[in-house]
Amino acid sequence: MNILEVEGLNKHFGGLAATSAVDFHVEAGEIVGLIGPNGAGKTTVFNLVSGAILPDSGVVRFKGTSIAGLKPHQIARMGIARTFQSVKIFSKMSVSENVLLGHLFGRAKGSVISDPARGETEEILDFVGLAGLKEARAMDLILANQKRLEVARALATHPDLLLLDELMAGLTPTEVAKAMELVKSIRERGVTIVMIEHVMKAIMSICDRIIVLHHGEKIAEGTPQEVVQNRTVIEVYLGE
Amino acid sequence: MKSTGKRYRSPILLIALLVLLVGLPAYVSSSSYTVILVTNILMYVVMALSWAIFSGPTGYISLAPAAFFGVGVYASAILSESLPLPLVILIGGLASFVLAYLVGSATLRLRGMYFTMFTFGLVELVRNLVHWWEVNITGTVGRLVVSEEPITVFYGMVVIFFAVLLGSYLITRSRFGLALRSIGESEEAAAHTGVNVNRVKAVTFGVSAFFMGLTGATMCMRWSYIDPTTAFSIQYSFMPVLMAIFGGMGHLYAPVLGATIFSLLEELLTTKFPYYYMLIFGLTMLIVIVFMPYGLEGVIEKWRKRGKGGPEDVAYDAEKR
Repeated sequence: MNILEVEGLNKHFGGLAATSAVDFHVEAGEIVGLIGPNGAGKTTVFNLVSGAILPDSGVVRFKGTSIAGLKPHQIARMGIARTFQSVKIFSKMSVSENVLLGHLFGRAKGSVISDPARGETEEILDFVGLAGLKEARAMDLILANQKRLEVARALATHPDLLLLDELMAGLTPTEVAKAMELVKSIRERGVTIVMIEHVMKAIMSICDRIIVLHHGEKIAEGTPQEVVQNRTVIEVYLGE
Repeated sequence: MKSTGKRYRSPILLIALLVLLVGLPAYVSSSSYTVILVTNILMYVVMALSWAIFSGPTGYISLAPAAFFGVGVYASAILSESLPLPLVILIGGLASFVLAYLVGSATLRLRGMYFTMFTFGLVELVRNLVHWWEVNITGTVGRLVVSEEPITVFYGMVVIFFAVLLGSYLITRSRFGLALRSIGESEEAAAHTGVNVNRVKAVTFGVSAFFMGLTGATMCMRWSYIDPTTAFSIQYSFMPVLMAIFGGMGHLYAPVLGATIFSLLEELLTTKFPYYYMLIFGLTMLIVIVFMPYGLEGVIEKWRKRGKGGPEDVAYDAEKR
């Protein structure tokens, strides 16, 4: 079953085509990589899917329903969560409050700050490996942990689809390895993942499929093996 | 984590305050200067607390309090002849809520300085609109008000004071309060986490205006005559903001303390130094901002956390920004 279908997605910023006629789909349970050089339109695709910006034209369907034109909070409550390229945690709030917010306003929409809500918050923090830091203020965490916190907040909204925007950027090799484990275990929770990533090792080893964007157009799609052998992709990344 | 002894400190303090206020007329004559002075302090305390409900967590600096206060004043002046007192006050609050909710829904996408400028303009707009209405429709500028005894106005303000304390407390502790703080930090992240950002902002702006409207409707009754200039005086916008900044906004006691000291100071200066009042006032404000960037609250919290050690000690300052 396709959890996400994108057809003919166009978005122009002035004269610049951030995405032009992008088509792709994501099957439930997959980990899909979205790669391409800087400025290829990867984050724009995330912004369009999550409702941060409106497309000029095109269709976005989530579990068969069109979500184009919906507000970000409506899309979040339908089950699409995301993280940001530059971490956007609530830095003055505690680690557990960050996650609690996701629980209270996401799809689960617990209406009160109750013991079950706190219990679930702890379970998620434990899952991402931040159990010992729940009382810390988010701004005091190191980058790798801030990124985990952002993932935890996203998971607390009970998503079916998680959009990860450069989760591994700026992390040490050890931290990258841990983040890769985290992504795989999120999939085991039943969450489908689309990830934008520049760390090739991570993309190659954990993605089922890769979509390559260049100048706003999809230039290739396939398994990691197919994509690395694709002539167009090699030209884009290495020059002719 | 609070120890058991400390847990009961706030309720005990509140009850003491309640007894002190309700019993006030027992110690002083009920039409005395003291009653009027305390009423005035309560007015500013409520205005500062109401302002902090919305602007504290979100960081949106609103200069609209005078508009909501004035709407309350006018609602009260128009209705007080025909309706019972509590109903008049409630309608004053609701009218301000509706105005703030509508205006907020339309303009809360403005950020920073633009929002502040807009709210400043809103006061002028509403004031001039009322003025225009009086000149062209009713034919008289200003209107006479059915005055109440000072003690009635005083008890009205006591009730509103405890209502706004309770309201602020409940909002801070609820999911709504958490959403407000998330909006103050990153509206984008809040929205993608499922928070209906525009709605939360507009409703809270309305709630904050509701208490300001109640205050205006009540304070109106201490006058015998009102006109647009007195009802929508811009001091009702500036004073609550300065008081909340002076006191701090991280705890409920902070705006209360800020507004109390501030209005006592104003009272003292206007009576003792009528000619140098604004000069001394300005200097005091400058000194406070330079030496106490987090207001009285910053000093108090630092003092409370002394000797406890740990990261909290250093963290306070950063936390409040």
